[in-house]
Amino acid sequence: MIKPVVIVVGNGMVGYKFCEKLRAKSADFEIIVFGEEPRRAYDRVHLSEYFAGKTAEDLSMSTATWYAENNITLHLGDPITEIIRSTKTINSQKGIVLKYDYLIMATGSAAFVPNLPGVEKDGVFVYRTIEDLDLMKAWAAKSTSGAIMGGGLLGLEAAKALIDLGIKETHVIEFAPRLMPRQIDSAGSAILQQKLATFGLTVHLNKNTSYIAGDHKIEALKFNDDTELPLDMLVISAGIRPRDELAKLCGLEVGLRGGIVVNQSLQTSDPSIYAIGECALYDQMIYGLIAPGYEMAEVVAANLCNAQKQFNGFDMSTKLKLIGVDVASFGDAFITEPDCRTIIFEDTHKGVYKRINISNDGKQLLGGILIGDAEAYSMLLQTVNNKIVLPPNPEDLILGSRGGAAAEGAGVMNLPDEALVCSCEAVTKGDICSAVIEQDITTIDGMKKCTKAGTGCGGCIPMVKDIITGTLKENGKYIKNVICEHFDYSRQELLDLIRINKIKTYDQVLDTFGKGDGCENCKPPIASMLAGLWNEVILKQDTIQDSNDRYLANIQKGGTYSVVPRIPGGEITADKLIVIGQVAKEYNLYTKITGGQRIDLFGAHVMDLPAIWEKLIDAGFESGHAYGKSLRTVKSCVGSTWCRFGLHDSVSFAIEIENRYKGLRSPHKLKGGVSGCVRECAEAQAKDFGIIATEKGWNLYICGNGGSKPQHAQLLATDIDEATCIQYLDRFLMFYIKTADTLTRTATWLNKMDGGMAYLKNVIVNDSLGICQSLEEEIAGLIKGYVCEWKEVVDNQNLKKKFNHFVNAPNEKDPSIKFEPLREQKQAAAW
Amino acid sequence: MTQTQWILACNTTDIPENGGACVKINDEQIAVFNFTRRGEWYATQNLCPHKKQMALSRGMIGSVGDTCEPKVACPFHKKTFSLLTGECLSGDECAIKTYSVKVIDGKVWIGV
Ligand code: SRM
Ligand SMILES: Cc1cc2nc3c(=O)[nH]c(=O)nc-3n(C[C@H](O)[C@H](O)[C@H](O)COP(=O)(O)OP(=O)(O)OC[C@H]3O[C@@H](n4cnc5c(N)ncnc54)[C@H](O)[C@@H]3O)c2cc1C
Ligand code: SF4
Ligand code: FES
Repeated sequence: MIKPVVIVVGNGMVGYKFCEKLRAKSADFEIIVFGEEPRRAYDRVHLSEYFAGKTAEDLSMSTATWYAENNITLHLGDPITEIIRSTKTINSQKGIVLKYDYLIMATGSAAFVPNLPGVEKDGVFVYRTIEDLDLMKAWAAKSTSGAIMGGGLLGLEAAKALIDLGIKETHVIEFAPRLMPRQIDSAGSAILQQKLATFGLTVHLNKNTSYIAGDHKIEALKFNDDTELPLDMLVISAGIRPRDELAKLCGLEVGLRGGIVVNQSLQTSDPSIYAIGECALYDQMIYGLIAPGYEMAEVVAANLCNAQKQFNGFDMSTKLKLIGVDVASFGDAFITEPDCRTIIFEDTHKGVYKRINISNDGKQLLGGILIGDAEAYSMLLQTVNNKIVLPPNPEDLILGSRGGAAAEGAGVMNLPDEALVCSCEAVTKGDICSAVIEQDITTIDGMKKCTKAGTGCGGCIPMVKDIITGTLKENGKYIKNVICEHFDYSRQELLDLIRINKIKTYDQVLDTFGKGDGCENCKPPIASMLAGLWNEVILKQDTIQDSNDRYLANIQKGGTYSVVPRIPGGEITADKLIVIGQVAKEYNLYTKITGGQRIDLFGAHVMDLPAIWEKLIDAGFESGHAYGKSLRTVKSCVGSTWCRFGLHDSVSFAIEIENRYKGLRSPHKLKGGVSGCVRECAEAQAKDFGIIATEKGWNLYICGNGGSKPQHAQLLATDIDEATCIQYLDRFLMFYIKTADTLTRTATWLNKMDGGMAYLKNVIVNDSLGICQSLEEEIAGLIKGYVCEWKEVVDNQNLKKKFNHFVNAPNEKDPSIKFEPLREQKQAAAW
Repeated sequence: MTQTQWILACNTTDIPENGGACVKINDEQIAVFNFTRRGEWYATQNLCPHKKQMALSRGMIGSVGDTCEPKVACPFHKKTFSLLTGECLSGDECAIKTYSVKVIDGKVWIGV
């Protein structure tokens, strides 16, 4: 049989997706692709990640062998230059002449460059291909100021890229009176502008550029209000222009402002020629997003295989990625009263703006804008697209439920099965649920492989996760917090099993209670449990330790390590400071005072660690366990020894406590603080445990946290003496070690605890579970077993040997490690 | 076709049990893994393709799935790679190079 020949013009994202879809449906076509760019189709949506270290190959949509494996002929770097419709032939630049039965135009678009005097100057760029990025990168290396012309979705992404490229002064020039004029309103733009300023981006609105000044290379932008902005580089991001030149040349119908006109089947004015992606003009509209492009690819692939499918327009909701501030708009974002009612929430303090537009009868969500916090984006988009009836208090959708009944009707499981969850890959909620039920897929990775959901822009991943969990729950599957695929137990269950059976090694734990060979998810928590139970030197089982624990140091960018000696309570003598200085000098380490009142030495080669520590230990230092899930610091304020307000000696108490719990292994790291009075200079209430002096004794607070979700510690006991304080701490810490999930800080542990603080207080203070005596005994055992891990290494030749980069060249450092100068010190080279 | 050339890399005792270490072969850094639990040896490039860090030898090894595919997790961002095929198991497209390993009389040989 002679197969019909399908020629695809353009090997961009949509052209590639078309090949993938057509091949998946049928083997009965001969597919030939011509691409103008020199490389296989790549992920343009994630183009900016090229600056963050992804290679062209990482971004590629397929493996190098994919086309051959799927029997597709690919001509790269060879654009089609002519279509002769009368004979159904094409000519390529390199002289290939071929006949087609169907021709698919997937030529995409090019950056629109306005007709400004000076655009041809050096230092003026567009942002579309890998080549554009290479040029920008080279130029940016010698530039200090830059601007983006165009404050749209792409422009802001490009602006972030300039900042990441190290351009110190970055501007965004927008012609319209607001940023992202197609997506957000003026109030939203104002909040966004304020947020962008904190990243160092200066925004100029209402600016009309008259020309680009400079000799050969750009020197400044001149505006028609007679102002100017001196610049080293400019990126033009003023919109896109569909690549319809080839179509025009062969007489296909094109739109007034560009774009190849197509009908609902995506046929052009010549029925054997189709157009898809950003070059196609459907219903007067160019769809400059990837999801509609993929949908077009699907429609044409289906039609060639004789299925009846039509393109009916596409939702243009979007979420801005990468820039570090959430921005999203969905549905009809601009509709205003009286055609709808609008609910707006604005918080200029936190930089959050949310607007939803609802129908006049209050039943339907029509659209909206989210800035600063777009967590609700996927759910709101689903609510619009599936016409879900709104709850009686629709403001809950953007504010969350404040007291009273939990937010109604907004859960993912209320979505209809046909709700489109991943619009890039057209995966519905029903597809995800059935993958869970029928194929037992329960992880994101598995779901990506099975349904492709989440492999496009990735914006739907949180929702996919919720649907997986929701489906499991609905099917009566108990979702136990198992530690990984190798163990069917939660951390607490496993800890009990290990303790009762007195198991001391990881392999024994795996043989007795697990399956397979273990992995990076179960080894570190089990290592921590073994350490928490038996307190043996962790290097005895070094390969089950998380990398930082394995080398007793934190790994840094570039592969060096940091050294953090313990400085209890933050108190240090001049002699010890001198030793730290000498060691830092000898090994050329970057030194910094940490946020935990001690000194971190960065940039040590792995092979130097034992020698560095030998010197520190000789001077009386011990490991600071900055690498472990264990006690970090107990911060102190100077207290009554010097401070005119100090009620008690907070430094001595902090030192005593830090020394008591040093080396303790726990589910997550532990931090403490002791303040000498309520002025709270040690920030004790931000710590896992905090102690504050009162007239009569000490107040003890527990379960505070800094980090990304700060939370104040809560009062456990007032006016207690030092012995009682330590007793409560003993009980609290041991109870936490025994019952918290892996990597759960005390604050989160408390938040999840049934009965909350009242319950915990009852356990610790009133011994309601009758376990306090055993908690105290267990922790006493751990405290007694403490040894400095680094001292163990320094004293043991065999352990020292583990700190080499090359086992067959023990004296050689890793030659790939690079530093860059920084002020009078150094820093790790950028990745 | 080029012939595999076997190069003596190190002693078996140089590589920790159920873990890895790095060897230098002709200016190339190769991560060698002693999967004691399975009685197997593996070798891969030491460079993690994610952020180009010479780190895979310091990664944690284990297995995944019903087939118990052996894998290594990079210490930096926990991307995982198959020790058999070098394929990235964390959904990315970047694969790593793998090498054959022979152990004879307490010596580890690598085929390049
Ligand atoms: C060095 C230091 C920053 C500094 O230069 O000041 C630092 C550096 C790191 N912090 Fe921190 N944190 C440092 C103080 C803090 C503080 C402030 C404090 O302790 O008072 C906090 C907030 C307080 C808190 O923990 O509640 C803090 C909250 C975090 C978090 C978030 C924890 C959370 O519960 O959300 C992480 C991530 C984690 O642990 O999972 C983290 C993780 C890290 C890591 C370990 C990231 C890593 O895995 O590589 C950094 C290691 C640096 C290195 O290579 O040595 N660091 N980190 C500070 C060391 C303190 C010390 O002497 O040990
Ligand atoms: C930096 C950036 C960020 C983006 N972010 C997002 C986002 O977050 N979300 C989103 O939905 N979209 C985003 N987009 C848009 C998205 O990338 C495009 O919608 C998508 O790439 C369109 O695919 P396409 O195949 O139609 O066009 P393209 O990917 O442009 O592919 C067209 C290809 O055809 C080639 N070609 C042209 N003429 C010929 C010829 N005559 N012969 C042979 N080949 C030819 C071109 O060289 C090109 O390789 C972003 C775009 C950029 C540049
Ligand atoms: S805040 Fe982030 S970047 Fe800074 S030290 Fe902590 S973990 Fe590292
Ligand atoms: S460098 Fe290996 S996972 Fe990031």
